[in-house]
Amino acid sequence: MSHASNDHNDSHGSVKQYVTGLVLSIILTLIPFGMVMMMDDPGNGVIWAVYGFAIAQILVQLYFFLHLDGSKEQSWNVMAMLFTLVIVAIVVGGSMWIMIELNQNMMPI
Amino acid sequence: MLGKLTLEAIPYHEPIIMIVLAAVILGGAAVFGFITLKKKWAYLWNEWFTSVDHKKIGMMYIIVALVMLIRGFSDAIMMRSQQMLASTGGLGYLPPEHYDQIFTAHGVIMIFFVAMPLVIGLINIAVPLQIGARDVAFPFLNSLSFWLFVAGALLVNISLGLGEFAKTGWLAYPPLSGANYSPGVGVDYWIWSLQISGVGTLLTGVNFVATILKMRAPGMSLMKMPVFTWTALCANVLIIAAFPILTATIAMLTLDRYLDFHFFTNDLGGNMMMYINLIWAWGHPEVYILVLPVFGIFSEVISTFSKKKLFGYTSLVWATVVITILSFIVWLHHFFTMGAGANVNAFFGIATMIISIPTGVKIFNWLFTMYRGRVEMTSPVLWTLGFMVTFTVGGMTGVLLAVPGANYVLHNSLFLIAHFHNVIIGGVVFGAMAGITYWFPKATGFMLDEKWGKRSFWFWITGFYLAFMPLYVLGFMGMTRRLQHVDNPLWVPYLVVAFVGAVLILIGITCTIIQIAVSIKNRKDLQDTTGDIWGGRTLEWSTTSPAPFYNFAHEPQISERDAFWEMKERGIEQEANQPYAPIHMPRNAAAGVIISAFSLVFGFGLIWHIWWLAVVGLVGMAASLIMRTFNYDIDYYVSVEEVERVEREGRERRARPSARTSNDTGFQGESWQVAQ
Repeated sequence: MSHASNDHNDSHGSVKQYVTGLVLSIILTLIPFGMVMMMDDPGNGVIWAVYGFAIAQILVQLYFFLHLDGSKEQSWNVMAMLFTLVIVAIVVGGSMWIMIELNQNMMPI
Repeated sequence: MLGKLTLEAIPYHEPIIMIVLAAVILGGAAVFGFITLKKKWAYLWNEWFTSVDHKKIGMMYIIVALVMLIRGFSDAIMMRSQQMLASTGGLGYLPPEHYDQIFTAHGVIMIFFVAMPLVIGLINIAVPLQIGARDVAFPFLNSLSFWLFVAGALLVNISLGLGEFAKTGWLAYPPLSGANYSPGVGVDYWIWSLQISGVGTLLTGVNFVATILKMRAPGMSLMKMPVFTWTALCANVLIIAAFPILTATIAMLTLDRYLDFHFFTNDLGGNMMMYINLIWAWGHPEVYILVLPVFGIFSEVISTFSKKKLFGYTSLVWATVVITILSFIVWLHHFFTMGAGANVNAFFGIATMIISIPTGVKIFNWLFTMYRGRVEMTSPVLWTLGFMVTFTVGGMTGVLLAVPGANYVLHNSLFLIAHFHNVIIGGVVFGAMAGITYWFPKATGFMLDEKWGKRSFWFWITGFYLAFMPLYVLGFMGMTRRLQHVDNPLWVPYLVVAFVGAVLILIGITCTIIQIAVSIKNRKDLQDTTGDIWGGRTLEWSTTSPAPFYNFAHEPQISERDAFWEMKERGIEQEANQPYAPIHMPRNAAAGVIISAFSLVFGFGLIWHIWWLAVVGLVGMAASLIMRTFNYDIDYYVSVEEVERVEREGRERRARPSARTSNDTGFQGESWQVAQ
């Protein structure tokens, strides 16, 4: 109790950080949006590019808004984030593998 | 106005239920009257119900768990007697629709409302003390977690007298649990009791991970944490990772049932196999949530009573961490037979076998801790030894079940039932009993009676073997689970032996109840005035028994693993004459009880389709939560005078004789020199 309620030394970031994050996020939204809008027949390459920009934007937001970085104060949060990613990958990937096999084997033709 | 709720919902025509209900109402009225007569309501409300003290919350968890154990065990012995009576073509005394509710309720109650609260209760009592903290990170949240759990437990019990419980088995597989095949309120009771208590469990997970990571005493690095704290940390990480899957899965089933969605239906694109996949993606980590903390308890018990530091601390910690990760890649072994291909089955089969390796490592940790130690044969040690033998057997039958080929023969047979009771009783129940006996003096200030504890152990362990070894055989003979009656004379003798085993377990549970009653009666003689009655190694034994509400007057300074043992070895006095400082503590909170009461109303309204009542519950929950956030008077400082007074009383208590002292190795039981 005495620790938790008194600790406020976690960084909350500066205005500059938030503005940078916001501008980067907008740019990373506009580029894929423009790519889709300007092309008559967006192919597979464009879809992968959109995925790439989405992931880049997630990273930007994690860094600028949630302040996840390599600093010592953030090490537990980064660890929790990585653990979550591992678990999500296992559960989603595993479920897809299982369900695809089940559909192949069990669905009536 | 009252939705589906009519007077018809009360099962008048079921004499067994009506007798039980009458007993519950009479018993409840007696308890209510007694408390009113003794004018204890204000005391209970102020000192217990609204308490945010982790020790009191832990004790309340265990009390509720023991009450629910009686309910869950009644279901068990009814199943055993029904199967015995109805195995030669007779009808027995439980009609199928009642029997189906009983096996469902048994599983749900034993896992969610007995095993979980026993483990979480012990974590509550011991972990903050072990890390030298004064409370958990979020004390109010802890109280809310407990009361949400109570609300869930109450819903299960309300289903006994109002309507019905699910007839689907404890995980309510669709399409059977869908609206088409289970139109009654049973599955809805199941849904809302698990959702409400599940939120409580998730909050507990968040709370304890934050507590263990952020509130350890100065100097206690991760690798200096007591083993029980380590296992509690891993279990709570698993809670955070796994419980959202349960919540989401049940939420999808809820949408199917209430709003005609088609996640898990037969038609319109639904896929019930997805439910089974998801529920076990939670379900397998869940068993490790139960058993990891118990491994921690055994580690503490065995090293304390062997008077040795734990053999291979580092390997045990890493084994725990490895299990934490591996527990997420084995879930398919619960449904090998559902039709995935050989590749999938082989992967999950092998992963399951691999997980037995870190568990095996732990067995050797405990064996070598005893080796060349002076092992005191106290009842916690008996539970530990019983566990080591029983759990090893259960582990091996588990590895057998992990072979997909064998699993096709044994899936859903009584062999499976025997296997998981083997590991849950032999692991979680024995561990909880060891933990309760071990930490009881720390929580209450007096020991549990050893004689009745040992009797309980011997009845439990013989009862367990008699009740479940025949089920292994019956599984091989082809008997499947959840049968209301069978007609096979070859199975009768095994079912009779299993029933006798259940009766012995009943005597074991009775011994525990007598043990608690006798210990309360003789509490003067069983007093622990030293605070360190077993000769403990970890910080919880450095403070008085019972621990003062602020746990430690001075923040402990840690330099070694087994911190308290080290202090005793070096003769470091904790309460050296440093001046006391005011202690920052949380205030009691009624909001946890109130929010949970509204959650009960909310759940009840949804179960019976009484929509206005559900709205009342929801608005009530939101309003009381918002009101709580505007309450700024949530903490206070304990004055130096108050600390001085409590500490002086503690010193006076220490001057009085104790029921045993920490050097008293021969008390109430022989100590065995293991392996000269």
